[in-house]
Amino acid sequence: MSGPAMRDAAALARTDADAAPHAAAKPMRPSIALLRKDLLLERRAPEAIPAMLLFSITTFVLFHFGLGRDEVSDQLAGGVLVVTLLFAAILGINRLFVSEQEEGGFDGVLLAPIDRTALFVAKAAALFLFLALVEVVTVTAFAILLLGPSPWPALPGLLVVLALLNAALAVVGTLVAALAIRTRARDLIVPIVALPLLTPALIAAARAAAPLFAAAGAEALPTKWLAVLALYDLVFGLLAYAVFDFLLED
Amino acid sequence: MYGKGLRALSLATFAALTATFALVFFYAPLDADQGFIQKIFYVHVPVAIVTLCAYVLGAVFAILHLRTRERRWDLRSYVAIHIALIFNVLGLLTGAIWAKASWGHWWVWDEPTLVSYLIVFLLFATYQPLRFSIEDPERQARYASVFAIMAGAFVPLNFIAVRAATAYVHPRVLATSEGGMPGQMALTFLIAIVAMTLLFALLCSYEIAAKQTRWQLRALRRRLLGGDAVAPLGRSAAPSLGEPAPRGPAARASRSPAEVAS
Amino acid sequence: MDAPAAIELRGVGRRYGERWALDDVSVAVPEGATLVVFGPNGAGKSTLLRVLATLLRPHGGEARVLGESLPEREWAVRGRVGLLAHEALLYRDLSARENLRFHARLHRIAEARVEELLERMRLAGRAEDPVRTLSRGLLQRVAVCRAVLHDPPLLLLDEPRANLDPAAAQLIEPLIGRASGRTRVLTSHDPAGGLAEADLALGLRDGRVALSAPAREVDPAAVEELYR
Repeated sequence: MSGPAMRDAAALARTDADAAPHAAAKPMRPSIALLRKDLLLERRAPEAIPAMLLFSITTFVLFHFGLGRDEVSDQLAGGVLVVTLLFAAILGINRLFVSEQEEGGFDGVLLAPIDRTALFVAKAAALFLFLALVEVVTVTAFAILLLGPSPWPALPGLLVVLALLNAALAVVGTLVAALAIRTRARDLIVPIVALPLLTPALIAAARAAAPLFAAAGAEALPTKWLAVLALYDLVFGLLAYAVFDFLLED
Repeated sequence: MYGKGLRALSLATFAALTATFALVFFYAPLDADQGFIQKIFYVHVPVAIVTLCAYVLGAVFAILHLRTRERRWDLRSYVAIHIALIFNVLGLLTGAIWAKASWGHWWVWDEPTLVSYLIVFLLFATYQPLRFSIEDPERQARYASVFAIMAGAFVPLNFIAVRAATAYVHPRVLATSEGGMPGQMALTFLIAIVAMTLLFALLCSYEIAAKQTRWQLRALRRRLLGGDAVAPLGRSAAPSLGEPAPRGPAARASRSPAEVAS
Repeated sequence: MDAPAAIELRGVGRRYGERWALDDVSVAVPEGATLVVFGPNGAGKSTLLRVLATLLRPHGGEARVLGESLPEREWAVRGRVGLLAHEALLYRDLSARENLRFHARLHRIAEARVEELLERMRLAGRAEDPVRTLSRGLLQRVAVCRAVLHDPPLLLLDEPRANLDPAAAQLIEPLIGRASGRTRVLTSHDPAGGLAEADLALGLRDGRVALSAPAREVDPAAVEELYR
């Protein structure tokens, strides 16, 4: 829906609500309400976060055996960490809209007088937070199980890289999840579409993280790769904002 | 009447392709380093360029579809991406042949254009499975358009990322350090690009005309024999154009299937 | 008719591929009136309700709901319609109170209203339990709360009394019944009962209108014909 029409809708909703006897004194922003609902649901019945955690740690074990190494550093470390996070994210992406789809919740949101992009913002924010939570444990596990050099000097730089990577995963993940949720083969569609789509972000994040894990001691963050990641986030963020509405209408 | 310019387009394409092959075999110089097999470059690079432009064109048609909600734009988007995918496979095959001839391996990771070309293929290869998994034709078209737009934006981003990540080895025949291709190569290359573009346009036009004719036929049969005489459509990834013959009086005033399918 | 029409449909259609789920449907419902929709399964009753709720866009014809034309002004209609459908539209792991508060926030309704409705529906005792532990009757009561939370002038009710015992049916009557004063569209499989509580009757068959008349002029036998 276009900007002016949306402002009209908001104005209309406000005047109606003011006239209505039950209007809220301080209305909560719709995206916040949606986000709180998702966080509450995950806390009440945790599914995505435990699965993503277990999956990551198991993947580290597999990498150990698959690569035949006790320790990784440099480019290999960056790659192993980012790829593991990517695959774990796929699990989270698959589950993102499931509560809406199964419990008819899409209708509940679609009937509300809100801008539907609020749903995108809320879901992307939820995914970002879930990934951040998972990463706290995953990075710790990575440092213990596989990482050769000390993780501490790498930490500040790693936070920057992971923040940008999470943004990419959140934006693209939410888009692909919304695309896939109403198809017949949704848990197949998500990986085959999301993985190629996320490849530039994967490349940039792995290359950015590599110097942090240098065997000789953490080096500086390569700004070139951070710029690529930021560009990716920007382009897909804007695109998602423009295009999300079309996925929800009927 | 569908496929109006098809004959002219076919002739032009045939002429351009013939000219290309004539130039390639008899006019373009033999490359000193790579020998005869270098000539596959005249197929590989134009095909690759046409592929990427076609994907972007598919995204543009998808934007038009979402804005105007006219199904003919979805048809054009689908066909553009569909044919571009075939070109993509051809480009990868010729790229592999060239790699084998030049560097001795069927695949080299060292050159970003080929690698990003592969990733683009992996993405667009999901277009048809995605479409097939959505049964409602309207929703299928809409979701496919959203995908095409995302994937179209992805093409340049992907190229940037891969290029930045790879040690650069791809033979730069478009602009060497000596400054540009020798004239004979440049001319052949140009004709080759024109030929591949015409080939792409021709294949798209054929597919669009074939689909429109099939839908026109189906609509006529429904009208003449009644809706029940025509078997219902199975699931399909291809866009459907046929308007069902509406039975209500208000709708009878609407457009004929011929107008709709154009 | 002096009262402005709450619903005006003229030749409205809704397509699904090559099939028309709704075909050339016309009906006018004045403000405050009740329309009952009859028809066998697959006739298009739910589709009609979803079009009126702005969940589905009409393909063809003209549609005006609460004075706004669809689909151009669908956003102006949202928030003024209450839908009670087959799915409860509730998150099963959240409690009734949490579900209703969530919907209240989306509709910018004060939380006091949630408490008021929970009281009226005698749900206060079970309001903290996850919705999946509630019986179907209780679930339906929560769904009714959700549907009227934002005090909508138009109610769309898909078989509203399914799963309800007589006591519960009594409870919801003032909220969604005739006495509520709202414009209502409800679907029903009970010819006599449906006609009794409606002003207008609409019969659908294969998406087309087979019957359209004021309720008092319709013979229940005619309704039963639809199902043959």
